[in-house]
Amino acid sequence: MFVAWRDLRFAKGRFALMGTVIVLITLLVGLLSGLTAGLGQQNISAITGLSADRIAFDEPGDGKDLSYSHSTVTRDQWRRWADAPGVTSAEPLGITTTKATAGKASAGVSAFGVQPGSSLAPDSTRIDDHSAVLSTTAAEELGTKKGDTFSVAGHELTVSAVRGEASFSHTPVVYTSLRTWQRIAPPTAEKTDTPTATVVALHTDSGADVQAVDQQAGTRTVSRDDSLSAIGSYTSENGSLQLMRGFLFAISALVIGAFFTVWTIQRSGDVAVLKALGASTGNLLRDALGQAVVLLTGGTLIGTTFAAAVGAAVSGSAVPFALTPATVLVPAAVMIALGALGAGLSIRRITSVDPLTALGSAR
Amino acid sequence: MSLHLNDVTLTYPDGDGRLTALDRVSMHVPEGSLTAVVGPSGSGKSSLLAVAATLITPDSGTVTVDGTTTAGMSRGALTELRRHKIGIVFQQPNLLPSLTAAEQLQVMAQLDGRSPGKARPRARELLDAVGLADQADRRPHQLSGGQRQRVNIARALVNEPTVLLVDEPTSALDHERGAAVIDLITRLTHRQATATVLVTHDRAHLGAVDRIAEVHDGRLGTPAPAD
Repeated sequence: MFVAWRDLRFAKGRFALMGTVIVLITLLVGLLSGLTAGLGQQNISAITGLSADRIAFDEPGDGKDLSYSHSTVTRDQWRRWADAPGVTSAEPLGITTTKATAGKASAGVSAFGVQPGSSLAPDSTRIDDHSAVLSTTAAEELGTKKGDTFSVAGHELTVSAVRGEASFSHTPVVYTSLRTWQRIAPPTAEKTDTPTATVVALHTDSGADVQAVDQQAGTRTVSRDDSLSAIGSYTSENGSLQLMRGFLFAISALVIGAFFTVWTIQRSGDVAVLKALGASTGNLLRDALGQAVVLLTGGTLIGTTFAAAVGAAVSGSAVPFALTPATVLVPAAVMIALGALGAGLSIRRITSVDPLTALGSAR
Repeated sequence: MSLHLNDVTLTYPDGDGRLTALDRVSMHVPEGSLTAVVGPSGSGKSSLLAVAATLITPDSGTVTVDGTTTAGMSRGALTELRRHKIGIVFQQPNLLPSLTAAEQLQVMAQLDGRSPGKARPRARELLDAVGLADQADRRPHQLSGGQRQRVNIARALVNEPTVLLVDEPTSALDHERGAAVIDLITRLTHRQATATVLVTHDRAHLGAVDRIAEVHDGRLGTPAPAD
């Protein structure tokens, strides 16, 4: 790193320019990561927080994808799962997005219908046909607290508790009894009667033959995490944001690769001299890669610090920004790794520099 | 502690045929002596230097540096041999723009896996020997052409090579500075006991060298003492 450090200081204008590009890309990636995670939380936290390892959907048939908004399970399907060997618990869960009002305040909410005492909702022993548990955001948006009344799709309920930050498809969750949910959920297209539930949330052990029960019950069962793709808004939104993030990573690797390609070409004369003087190719490659990593690490650290500062400033506001080690450190590490890869590929040309060119007039 | 070229032939591709750059060249340069190889452009001087520097492998013949015959050596081994045994003074100073004069010499220690910091006294000593002790902390763009060439010479000597190869050192210098550089190389050859080969197309300033050999069309004449 003897020459590399001095090059960094000597050509500080060029390296500062490249460093600024890395800072800006890292800032953008950091902000996008925080926003992606924040938006994701608004979409899925109610599902990822469920006490279940599998979710059974009504079999959509005809190769259609699973969907929380289209699935309706019957009492018979639920009972088959509850009675199946290896299934330690099978609880019906109704999900519908609707409107809640309290006085003059109104908000879009996701009503999660559970059996009173179910492990699927917080404080579920306080849920009955006349009372509901609200997530903190739902209570804030409705301006209600424990003991207040509000209505969901025209049904008057009392707030029995305010717990958690559960959110589904960008709407805060209201936990009601399954019977209340069945009254407020709209009939499905195929079945004109009121639905029993949307899905069955399962706890299974190694003895469960999921495929066989699915066949008997006419359901399709996936793990809880795989069921996230059945939230339509999450799939399209997360897919777009992840695509943007992926492109930013690719762009950063390409930009860094392009910079170090030009830089290596510019100093190929110096490389030829050093080789003629007895520098090994490995020594020169280590020097150049070390220089790239120093630049990448410095730029990424500054960019990540800015992203974290912006995230801290907007957290708690209306902007859904998740500031966690996963949203801050992982993108930074990926930036450094991909940037080093881009730089590594571009400085390979050091191996092909002929030391003979240092003699100039030879040949 | 010497340089031997024995029956060296070197050809380059030239259209459908091959161009002979060196034709059965033999040469022995003892330690502590300076042999000047003179000849017009295209006569094979620089090819001779490149072969002696182990930068080109000849078609036939052998090169022996300080008792080590280079034939069959790997690229890595040749690089190591260059680092430890051969000093090269380039036609253009070829100094690294980001390094000071002292650092141009210290980098040679780094290339050898040694601490550049510990090499600073040796760098100072050599810069003093070439009359640049007070310019140690200047970068190439802050030095004159003659000063850059002297740094180039000092760098070639920093690893105490047994063979010193000098390529047209006066081509970019005026008459007075050219004479000073040749005089410096002659003195350092005798002081450091290197086997020095100096190639040049300019016969001026060669009064102090030990021997002069002429090269024409790739053929080397018998070295004769300088007048």
